[in-house]
Amino acid sequence: MADEPAMVQFYLMGKPHRVPRGLTIQKAMEYAGFRLLRGCGCRGGFCGACGTVYRTPGDYRLKVGLACQTVVEDQMFLALIPFYPAVKSTYRVEDLPPTSDTLISLYPEILRCVGCNSCRKVCPQEIEVMRYIAAAQRGDIAKVANLSFDCLMCGLCASRCPAEIVQYNVAILARRLYACHVARPADHLAARVEEIERGACEADLDLMVAAGEAEWRRLYAAREIEPDE
Amino acid sequence: MRLGGGSVRIPYFPGCTLHSKARGFDASARAAAQALDIIMEELPEWTCCGATFSMSADSVMGLVAPTRILVSAKEAGKLLTLCSFCYNTLKRTNRVIATDAERRRKVLTFIEEDYQGTVQTVHLLELLRDEIGFDALAKRVTKPLQGLKVAPYYGCLLLRPAEELRFDDPERPTILENFLKSIGCEVVDFPHKTECCGSFVTVGSPETARECSSSILEAAVKQGAEMLVVSCPLCQYNLDRAQREAPAGQAHAPAVPVLYFSQLLAIALGCDEACLHLDGLSVDPRPRLSKWLGQKAEVTALA
Amino acid sequence: MILSRLNTENDVVAQINAISGVDVRACYQCGKCTAGCPLTSAMDLMPNQILRLLQLGEYEQALKSATIWQCASCLTCAGRCPKDVDPARVMDALRTILVRQGVAHVEISKIPADLLAEAPQQALIGGFRKFVGY
Repeated sequence: MADEPAMVQFYLMGKPHRVPRGLTIQKAMEYAGFRLLRGCGCRGGFCGACGTVYRTPGDYRLKVGLACQTVVEDQMFLALIPFYPAVKSTYRVEDLPPTSDTLISLYPEILRCVGCNSCRKVCPQEIEVMRYIAAAQRGDIAKVANLSFDCLMCGLCASRCPAEIVQYNVAILARRLYACHVARPADHLAARVEEIERGACEADLDLMVAAGEAEWRRLYAAREIEPDE
Repeated sequence: MRLGGGSVRIPYFPGCTLHSKARGFDASARAAAQALDIIMEELPEWTCCGATFSMSADSVMGLVAPTRILVSAKEAGKLLTLCSFCYNTLKRTNRVIATDAERRRKVLTFIEEDYQGTVQTVHLLELLRDEIGFDALAKRVTKPLQGLKVAPYYGCLLLRPAEELRFDDPERPTILENFLKSIGCEVVDFPHKTECCGSFVTVGSPETARECSSSILEAAVKQGAEMLVVSCPLCQYNLDRAQREAPAGQAHAPAVPVLYFSQLLAIALGCDEACLHLDGLSVDPRPRLSKWLGQKAEVTALA
Repeated sequence: MILSRLNTENDVVAQINAISGVDVRACYQCGKCTAGCPLTSAMDLMPNQILRLLQLGEYEQALKSATIWQCASCLTCAGRCPKDVDPARVMDALRTILVRQGVAHVEISKIPADLLAEAPQQALIGGFRKFVGY
């Protein structure tokens, strides 16, 4: 009979709001009248700006998600954690050897890790944070880089760590060390860059610059779409 | 854990330090083990054990990491370590888990696994003594280190608390002496062989640790030692560092190489020298060991 | 100093007993712990003196001592104590009380760079656990 969508209730900073079912937390906050100035970024699950922690009734456990990706649950009680304080060391990655000494010298607190696993439990990307901190202590830079690949640097891990480690700063240092010193340079990338510098794309770029909106739309609609593998 | 043909297969926990600062300990032990048909299978995933065992009766957090490590060896029922710190922490943690029901319950809710304290932590020296036997070990030695005067330095963590670890007699141990004899060394007994090198106090008060280590070195050299063997990277670091520095107006501690017991074992078994990693010591041991080094290895081993 | 139950039975000593699992009153001051301790030259109060102070309710002196930060937990004292009083556990309890209050003996940011780079991880990990806490 009623063709309005079913409503759900969520609590933001302790105050209840009723919103249509099926909205993400970010959309729900906007529906409730908030204009998002902080803790909102790409809206695509990639930038890590909207890390959210919440609880639901009858369950003591903490739950996490990205506000732009997570759908509101009825009676969800949440808080956005847009930024948890973290100080990053300054360094020139070119000058640093890819070893545990580098990580320990810049972030000695990684040795305080107690192995509680709170970091992994709170990661909205389900990254094995404790595993990569263990790898960092052992000096396995490649493993840190690979395990932390999906990290958005949302900061939720740092907010929960009893040893006060800022895990994502350690991870990005490891990824930089890996890229700079460990990973094999991509030959095809170098070749392609050279091609571009020799003018392989100039003709296409000139075409785009000269064409107007109508032509762009036509080109876009007629573009060659890569088949799924 | 015997397989057919006399092999011993055992899960192995190296600990953080053996993968970075003490590579010689890890590599020489693996090579020696392989020569003795002991297969040390490193745990596929492991975290730091926390190094020190918290003696607080209400400590739960400190037990989480070592318990996790023990759980990963649950199936095998045994876990091998080399480093004294790891041995001490794992064994004492296991005892708490096995005997203190309330703390076990708390720890298990964190790691979300079931574990009743069934894993036995084993040190490589215990394995050599109990599974191989020092007499049998002596028969496998191809390069007995005859005439090499070695002082065994135990440090603290292998021996104490004795009622928990049951590694050896805490005041008059003999396991390292018997080990050294089996590889042909001349054993130098000395009064400070079970005394603390200063341990982690080196982080807060390096002078204190230097003093402890110096008296150990002096006592060993006074009895005629030309080398010390240890089972702990921190003992090795403290003893080695004490030789490099002396406070103003004080004499240097005597300079003598400090090696891991597995390095001498690997030499005696004729392992490939690449596994030894004898660089970086205050005193280069290679001149004294030249009689047994520099020859073609009979047994190829893991480097 | 007036000795009475008001000094000797107090919350802090009770806490030390609870954390260490030891009753400090069991110590009869034989001195074997001090005799065996390899680090006494760096200590201002001897291990048996620490125990005595706690028996008398003078925990503040014990907590302010340099002794508890020079103890390496080598357990020589514990192995020799004829009354199982385990001075090592008492030292650990004193440190635990302080680090839980946020008092750190080691300032991580001030550790010399060469020590951070050269010391084996277990030295730093053990040092942080005992001197900085968690």
